[in-house]
Amino acid sequence: MKRYIAKRVGFAAISLVLLSVTIFLLVRLTGDPTVLLVEPGASQADMEAIRQQFGLDRSLWVQYGHFVSSLVRGDLGHSFYYRTPVLELYLSRLPSSLLLASAAMAFSLLIGIPTGIIAAVRVNQWWDSAGKVFALLGLSLPSFWVGLLLILFFSVYLGWLPSSGSGTAAHLLMPAFALGWYFAAAHMRLTRSSMLDVLGSEYVKLARLKGLPEALVIGKHAFKNALIPVLTLAGINLVIMVNVAVVVETVFAWPGIGRLLYEGIAFRDFPVVQATVILNGAMVVVVSLLVDILYAVIDPRIRLAR
Amino acid sequence: MNGSRSATLTVAWRVASFASFRTEGFPLIPIAILGVLIFAAVFANVLAPHDPEVGNLGERFRPPAWQQGGSEKFLLGSDHLGRDVLSRLIFGARISIVVGFTAVVVAGLLGTGLGILSGFLGGWVDQVIMRVTDAWLALPALTFAIFLAAVIGPSAMNIVIILGLAYWTRYARVIRGEVLSLKERDYVRLAIVAGCSKRTIMKRHILPNVLNSAIVLGTLMLGVVVVTEAALSFLGLGVPPPQPAWGLMLADGKKGMMAGYWWLTVLPGCCIMLMVLSANLLGDWLRVKLDPQLRQL
Repeated sequence: MKRYIAKRVGFAAISLVLLSVTIFLLVRLTGDPTVLLVEPGASQADMEAIRQQFGLDRSLWVQYGHFVSSLVRGDLGHSFYYRTPVLELYLSRLPSSLLLASAAMAFSLLIGIPTGIIAAVRVNQWWDSAGKVFALLGLSLPSFWVGLLLILFFSVYLGWLPSSGSGTAAHLLMPAFALGWYFAAAHMRLTRSSMLDVLGSEYVKLARLKGLPEALVIGKHAFKNALIPVLTLAGINLVIMVNVAVVVETVFAWPGIGRLLYEGIAFRDFPVVQATVILNGAMVVVVSLLVDILYAVIDPRIRLAR
Repeated sequence: MNGSRSATLTVAWRVASFASFRTEGFPLIPIAILGVLIFAAVFANVLAPHDPEVGNLGERFRPPAWQQGGSEKFLLGSDHLGRDVLSRLIFGARISIVVGFTAVVVAGLLGTGLGILSGFLGGWVDQVIMRVTDAWLALPALTFAIFLAAVIGPSAMNIVIILGLAYWTRYARVIRGEVLSLKERDYVRLAIVAGCSKRTIMKRHILPNVLNSAIVLGTLMLGVVVVTEAALSFLGLGVPPPQPAWGLMLADGKKGMMAGYWWLTVLPGCCIMLMVLSANLLGDWLRVKLDPQLRQL
């Protein structure tokens, strides 16, 4: 177990280092980084000052050392637009993002798990086909278009829900649905295939042979084990949701991290863009690590396999 | 796959692999839809009734022809600058298809090449390539694409590069796995014993055998790439205006939505959906046909 955890932590650390190298190199190799790091409309003297400050006239190694040491100190630069440290901005937007992602996750699990179970129990029947169509639509409709259609229907035609902003439960409803839509389909598919695996296993056969009622076999014996992979994926997907929410947040003017990233692009506020991407990537790496470890704790087959 | 592959990724891959759809018969509908879109893209100059980039401010927000106030002149209505929506949709198909297909090919070449090198050579080459793949996979493709677009700036050419860089990792992982099993086959061992160079073996014996998987992956990837391209355009990071990309049309259409100009929001989205849906259906069918090994994924 300890060896397994140590190995996973090592891989996560390598991922973080490579991530920082990738972002660092992309900024430097695709042009003059001064143009990105300096405020739009800055003078030659300002550009020189920035070059000095970030050591952009020195070798790449020195620059990278500089880059990493500021990252480790938590100094992710200042926003040109808001005039505050980017880390503060990011942390102030994080609760909104997490609220939206949690609501979308709750919705996707509420839809995905029951439909997935029904599709698995009634495999190759009418329900299963309906589930397939649902899963295919979930994959093929872009979340921001679903969001726009929701606004068109519920805000413009019916006037039931506010089209943008945040604060009340009514504001949360449509963005959560638009964001959770794709994931509901993904969770449905995984629940179905995981349930099928479990239903074919020896202990479920035994439970049936014992003469247990089918509802008990499915609800108690199969369901619990089938749920493990789904919940694992849900853990990762929560962070993925925070990331891909950028379009949905833009559609609904939801004040989360995605919106921050969009503003960073729209206002040419490069420090915000860079910091958001680094922090989002780090968040994915760390959460994947935690989920992997948790999975190994729950399911001994994982850690014993290596 | 090797032992270092994380449990989470295995699970995620199972979800990403569309395992629940099996299309039995010939996929006539998806091929027909893609055919129509490609036809529209190729003959856009002839088919489009108006110039997609030039509007008439006197004819703004005309509804589609069948609605009250619509005219034969603008079959699917006009937008906030008085440009013909139908013409923009037709030219938009050109952008989506050209960008989509080229990006899939760029990602495929990069990913397949690195996957073969990684799987066949093994050792430190494999370690380096796979660790980089892992790190790149850590960033969701959309976030990564947004970052790249912000760094190198938007243009049709750049979008292709961005999408290629954001998606090659998917190919690299799958192809590497295939190569690992191909390496143990007798004909590859024989080629090694016979003294063929590594280059020859990779080119003549490995590449042709992973091509099917690459094609299947590419078709499945087409839908994902088209959605990402639309999302980038929607955020203002795709092909620059006034070019008519579908995502850009959605962003423009949002401005007229509160006034009830539904066609500007509904129609471009329908085009994106049709293209993605048919790419997914076709990819699924191809997977079952071309690549029995991928069925189990």
